[in-house]
Amino acid sequence: MNRFIPYIILLVAALWLGASWRDPKPKPDDFDLRAFSRLPVLVGGRVKPLDTVARNALLILRGKQTLWLPDATNKKPATGIARWLEKNGVVMPAGTSMTASRWLAAVLFDAPVADTYPVFAIANPEVLGMFGWPQVDKKYASFTELQPYLAKIDEEGKLTAETDAKERSPFQTAIYNLRNSLVLYQSLKNSIHPEDSTHFGAEINTYATTVAASAAALSQNNTPPTKEQVALLNAAVTRYESQAQIAYMLTVPPPAGGKPSAWLSTGAALIRVDSPQSLPLAVTSYAKLSDAFRDADPAAFTQAAEAYADTLERDHRDWSGRCAYELRFNLMEPFYQSMVLYIGAFLLACGSWLVCPKGMRKTAFLLLMLALAAHSFGMFSRMYLQGRPPVTNLYSSAIFVGWGAVVLGLVLERIFRDGIGAACAGMVGFITLIIAHHLGANGDTLEMMQAVLDSNIWLATHVVIITAGYSAMFLAGFLAIFYVLLALLTSGHDRLVLVKRAAMIVVPVGALFLIALMVGKLVPTSAPASVQSVFQQVNAFMWMALCATVFVIAISYGLVIVLDVLGLRRKLVANQSKDLARNLARMVYGIVCFATLFSFVGTVLGGIWADQSWGRFWGWDPKENGALLIVLWCALILHARWGGMIRQRGLIAMAIFGNAITAFSWFGVNMLGVGLHSYGFMDKAFPWLVTFVVAQGVLIIITLQPAANHRKLPA
Amino acid sequence: MKTALHRLLGTVSSLRLTVICLASALVLVFAGTLAQVNAGLFFIQEEYFQSWFVWWSFTADGFRFPVFPGGHLIGAVLLLNLVTAHIRRFSWTWRKLGIQLTHLGLIIMLAGGLATDLFSVSSYMRLRQGETKNYSEDDTRAELAVTELGTAEIAPVTAIPGEVLADSPTVNHESLPFSIVVKRFYRNSDLQMIGQENVAAVPAASNGAGARITIQDQPRATKMNKHDTMSAVLEIIPAKGGKSLGTWLVSMAMAQPQEFDLDGRHWSMELRAARYYHPYSLSLISFTHETYPGTEIAKKFSSKITLADPAHNENRQVEIYMNHPLRYQGDTYYQSGFEPDNSGTVLQVVRNPGYQAPYVACVIVALGLLIQFTFHLTAFARRTSSAPAP
Repeated sequence: MNRFIPYIILLVAALWLGASWRDPKPKPDDFDLRAFSRLPVLVGGRVKPLDTVARNALLILRGKQTLWLPDATNKKPATGIARWLEKNGVVMPAGTSMTASRWLAAVLFDAPVADTYPVFAIANPEVLGMFGWPQVDKKYASFTELQPYLAKIDEEGKLTAETDAKERSPFQTAIYNLRNSLVLYQSLKNSIHPEDSTHFGAEINTYATTVAASAAALSQNNTPPTKEQVALLNAAVTRYESQAQIAYMLTVPPPAGGKPSAWLSTGAALIRVDSPQSLPLAVTSYAKLSDAFRDADPAAFTQAAEAYADTLERDHRDWSGRCAYELRFNLMEPFYQSMVLYIGAFLLACGSWLVCPKGMRKTAFLLLMLALAAHSFGMFSRMYLQGRPPVTNLYSSAIFVGWGAVVLGLVLERIFRDGIGAACAGMVGFITLIIAHHLGANGDTLEMMQAVLDSNIWLATHVVIITAGYSAMFLAGFLAIFYVLLALLTSGHDRLVLVKRAAMIVVPVGALFLIALMVGKLVPTSAPASVQSVFQQVNAFMWMALCATVFVIAISYGLVIVLDVLGLRRKLVANQSKDLARNLARMVYGIVCFATLFSFVGTVLGGIWADQSWGRFWGWDPKENGALLIVLWCALILHARWGGMIRQRGLIAMAIFGNAITAFSWFGVNMLGVGLHSYGFMDKAFPWLVTFVVAQGVLIIITLQPAANHRKLPA
Repeated sequence: MKTALHRLLGTVSSLRLTVICLASALVLVFAGTLAQVNAGLFFIQEEYFQSWFVWWSFTADGFRFPVFPGGHLIGAVLLLNLVTAHIRRFSWTWRKLGIQLTHLGLIIMLAGGLATDLFSVSSYMRLRQGETKNYSEDDTRAELAVTELGTAEIAPVTAIPGEVLADSPTVNHESLPFSIVVKRFYRNSDLQMIGQENVAAVPAASNGAGARITIQDQPRATKMNKHDTMSAVLEIIPAKGGKSLGTWLVSMAMAQPQEFDLDGRHWSMELRAARYYHPYSLSLISFTHETYPGTEIAKKFSSKITLADPAHNENRQVEIYMNHPLRYQGDTYYQSGFEPDNSGTVLQVVRNPGYQAPYVACVIVALGLLIQFTFHLTAFARRTSSAPAP
């Protein structure tokens, strides 16, 4: 029986995964949005379903892909732990959730109602203060609430736009983002029809009839149109022209077989209309949808959406099929599912060192395979949707780094069967997908490629290979971290020694932090701004360093001490094979070799691509240098090892530092804000990078702490 | 003596030296990357990577002393280390094949890099629609073009490199009946018309446009995409002796040439970007700039060009676009930019005799690493499979 438990767990997990294949059921008495969600529109150069537009817009405005409507009647604020959980997004306050598509339908068709939805996330206290609102941690404001301050926001935002992005204060950045959010929202509202249009169907009919009537009068009787007709047409043309200018998306597809560049906005299509018969199907269909939505007629809404979607599927098989697929992909959220499975597999692999080693390890392995399947499904879906190799921007690089590391980890697990490969795979998979999740918060992650990157051959070779190199570096680094934990566990130090050693690391960092804090406080307010900002930066850095140190100590010394107290340490050590440390070092070495090959070939291919497109093989551009740093570091590790300059622990320490170098190469160079590879800039992640690098430093210190009682391991 | 030499050779070819070189390279690349935040890429390239030492001084123009080996030094030592180690430890065994190939590839790559650094020449060709050119220009270098006007259909041009102007106080050329005295040479400068707001400013020269222009010396441009504006104040003195004709200002910032008469002959001179002439010509038929529908994101830049080379009976149309350069007669033409109104194209022209080295090296090194690691892996797999399962 025991033999089947892993497979039963796998089955349950697979069923959970499969549950997301089902179509979401519409809420009773609400609109069925399934057909509406997959209607294609053109935004950012790509044909995508409305569902994607809705999700990305909500993500930009609100930071989440769903809308949460707090219960208006339940005014009692949460207290204590409940409040903390709410604040950190663990639980939601009482209320109802609304899908992105449902929200978008309201924005497109019934702006006055959508204006009351709290979608604008404002976290900056100064911005909240500007509106005279209580300076809570975060507030979701509705458009109606913000309306009195629009002019002020616009003014401040414009001022900020003139400031260099690097020199903006947090307030300026916040107000600038809010202004951009408002602009996005306004243009979304006017995407289908002007937002004040109450009966769009009737409106366009009158317009088209008038156009036809005046044209007929002119051509048959040579009589000029009446004054009323001229006034109506003039007003309509102005109205539609401004709609065309503000519209966020192009809604009217080209006729069957037309060029992809022939998409039009509703307004632009209406201006070309000469009779009611020539109204494009897209415009009349959206008008029907709009009227049905406002009249709260779910049946008519569903019918109009399905009729239009069916016609499109007939006329434009290629991209309407892709839109339907993308909708399915959006609903499944494969990366979220694999994230959950990865963490589950990680915990199981760790558990396997304590109890029931074989069964737990097997389960972890099977769950990892399932997670990898979901991960791969997501990655290949993106490739299909975009028609590109897997890595096209930072977001997809995170997805791929995780994927590559998990594949390598599974191979290691298959060879060594000790749970280490599985645990590392689960950990790296989980972390990279979390990183991807945060990188994807800026909107559409399937964006179009800049002209210079528009080369599938190079994207498929250089970019994929170099990213696989990152995967290997991180896997080697995480294996090395496991080695450090194992070394601590088997060190034979008792609790007192462990506490002492932990204190030897934490106390100096803590002291430095306090000194920096005190010196920062002593700086007079009259000091020049540049001096103050230096002290602020030092303070911020020391804070990050302290956080990193405490975190690392907690998961290393802290963990061992807790295990010791619980009496699990002895058991853990006893369960491990004597070869574990040596095997780990061999795994690290093997993976570093792999990383060397991939990083080198990837870097040189990058040089050759640069030679093809920029006329120089090597230009010392930051991104190129970042790749070179990895190659140099790998070469350094290998040569130092071959020359006998480092042994097992040196190798481990160097592999851990490889984490820092790879993180710098992956993200750090993008934060410098210079260079030709300017397609992945980001600055919000800077504190995270610093924290990560410091954490690696602390891990290296732990590795190199003299170990009198280290189990003597043959090198 | 022999042992000392031996010891030296041992040091030069040692793994320890390799590790030191690699570590120094790591530090240099890291520092050179961070330094780009404050200074432009080309400046950093010269200071850090294409130098023997990285220099540093306390003040802007104080005493400079070397603080770290530069790219050339590290590269050269590494190359020496590689070659000597290769020769010393070379043994023709299958076991070593991977390592040998890897390092042979690296030698080719480093040598190619050196060749590129020393011999590659980069310039630009700007073409408006319908325009034909047989030369490209290098904005970072200047030349003084002196022409006698009104003599022939195609006037002979005497081109004097900017470097000569910068270094020598007087320039004499056999084709010119006058000597050019360089009163001042500006590596980088700022020109301003003398107007109402700066009536008191000193004119740069006594004749020509320079009499109405004031000039200021500027520090060298270090930012990316910024070039020095070279200028010079020149005095013309007849070669057969006699009175000076006065001084003229020539500058890369001035669009019009400066003209003067000497003994009934009419001359013009201008300081322009240095030109490289090619034995063939290119003309632009059309330039296209495509964007993704409904966006401003560039999808494609491409230039349709006619390549004419009568000497080789070539007259054909080519399209140059991103990732698809034209390679012809040792020159490579890349789509680099375009005129703001899309009426013309900017092609980068690179002449790099070492451009094939990376291609060859990449294949050799990849093959070497692959052999080496496969060897490791199979040896390792044999060991694990023979060991009892835990």
